[in-house]
Amino acid sequence: MKSWLFAHLRAFSGACGRLAASPLANLLNIAVIGAALALPLGLYVLLANLQGLARDHTPQPQISIFMNLDATTDAVRNIDQRLRQQAGVAGFRFVPRAQALSQLQARAGMGDVMAGLRDNPLPDAFIVKPKDHRVAALESLRAEFARWTGVAEVQVDSDWARRLEQLLALGRSGVLMLGAALALALIAITFNTIRLQILTQRDEIEVIRLIGATDAYVRRPFLYFGGLAGAAGGIAAWLMIGLALLLLDGQLRPLAESYGIPLQLSHLSPADSAWALLFASGLGWCGAWLSVRRHLRLE
Amino acid sequence: MTRIALSRVFKRYPGGHEALADITLNIEAGELVFITGHSGAGKSTLLKLIAAIERPTAGSVIVNGQNVGSLRPGGIPFLRRNFGLVFQDHKLLFDRNAFENVMLPLDIAGYDRREGARRARAALDKVGLLHKEKAPPITLSGGEQQRLCIARAIVHRPAILLADEPTGNLDAEYAAGIGMLFRDFNQVGVTVVLATHDAQLAERLQPRRIEIRNGRLAS
Repeated sequence: MKSWLFAHLRAFSGACGRLAASPLANLLNIAVIGAALALPLGLYVLLANLQGLARDHTPQPQISIFMNLDATTDAVRNIDQRLRQQAGVAGFRFVPRAQALSQLQARAGMGDVMAGLRDNPLPDAFIVKPKDHRVAALESLRAEFARWTGVAEVQVDSDWARRLEQLLALGRSGVLMLGAALALALIAITFNTIRLQILTQRDEIEVIRLIGATDAYVRRPFLYFGGLAGAAGGIAAWLMIGLALLLLDGQLRPLAESYGIPLQLSHLSPADSAWALLFASGLGWCGAWLSVRRHLRLE
Repeated sequence: MTRIALSRVFKRYPGGHEALADITLNIEAGELVFITGHSGAGKSTLLKLIAAIERPTAGSVIVNGQNVGSLRPGGIPFLRRNFGLVFQDHKLLFDRNAFENVMLPLDIAGYDRREGARRARAALDKVGLLHKEKAPPITLSGGEQQRLCIARAIVHRPAILLADEPTGNLDAEYAAGIGMLFRDFNQVGVTVVLATHDAQLAERLQPRRIEIRNGRLAS
């Protein structure tokens, strides 16, 4: 067990030594891996930020029930009663047509338009807050309200939130696809790096095999190298994204503030960062494994 | 006890060249054996078959009771650790110093580093290179490189020492020194098999001789 650990330690330090031995070539390699990882990870970070923004600033979905213009007070009281008993309603408020009109008149520029009207064109309305915000629940409530007597129209105003949600889902699949393509690229990069290393160390590999090295012993330093290169690329990607966020934050904040949205771009969470690093080093390891498997068999 | 047993061994290379034909021989533990013959007779091929570097086309090669031909690939490294291999072209690693070269078989076998270092220095001392343990192999003379190769071959105390033309490129005096080294190892019980056409060396060591002529045993 001790000698096994020791062998791994030696392979690991050997791989570190190899990384340090040709710093320029390895730095370039790591930069390429970093760039390949930074694209999907950066998009992921942007999406996560957008999602947070959408969650914080989307108003609660509301259902508006508009009464017929000629609805009687009894009909309005009846709806009021039914809403109180209706399951799935978290709360509601009644907006009488007179109040709606005065609110509209209070808005800039609308006063003149409204003054020209002889009758109040606005109906009595109920604004309902549902308990369940999912689309199916909202739709079933809407159908229920539409059946009630005296109700002219029912509107669910969650459409734009739903569209944003769909756009974000689209973005997430985009990130996944881009991530998969660039993960393949990362495997290919390490595959090729390790291939070159094996070619330059062909003699050494032959000798250590002649004096009793197992395949695992030969393979180990290359695998560690691949994993290390992947992890270093992951760190490079993390730094690149951090830099990009810093630059973007400076430009986006005034824009967002002009819309009244307090914006704070955030980097990957510590847990996500750890996963990204693990994933990157796993991909590097995988590329190295494929390369070693392919090129050590040939000899 | 029989260390190495070849029975009706043939080795044919792709293309039809027959390097060895119908070789049957036994080498006992502790023997000192010279395999002699003209260039291209098949001496090196014979050593390669014994060290499982190549596999026989037909027949069986048995080392320490293990049939080399039927060994699964994963077992070959462990079989090789029974051997010390000395090559005509030394096969030293030029990216590390003399000491590290000698440490290599011990690292591979998973020796404790401190115990390994002690043995490596003992092996270097045995071949007279202890004062050059830090030297990169490229700075050593041909004879010194051969000695370093021998130190690497014996550092893990193998039961069998296989050497292919160990004195091939050396002058007579240096060759004699190397010959004495092999005799010393043989005297402490190591089975030594040398492929060589160095007649002087054979004269001095009085080994058992096996001559190969055109891939066959010349009896």
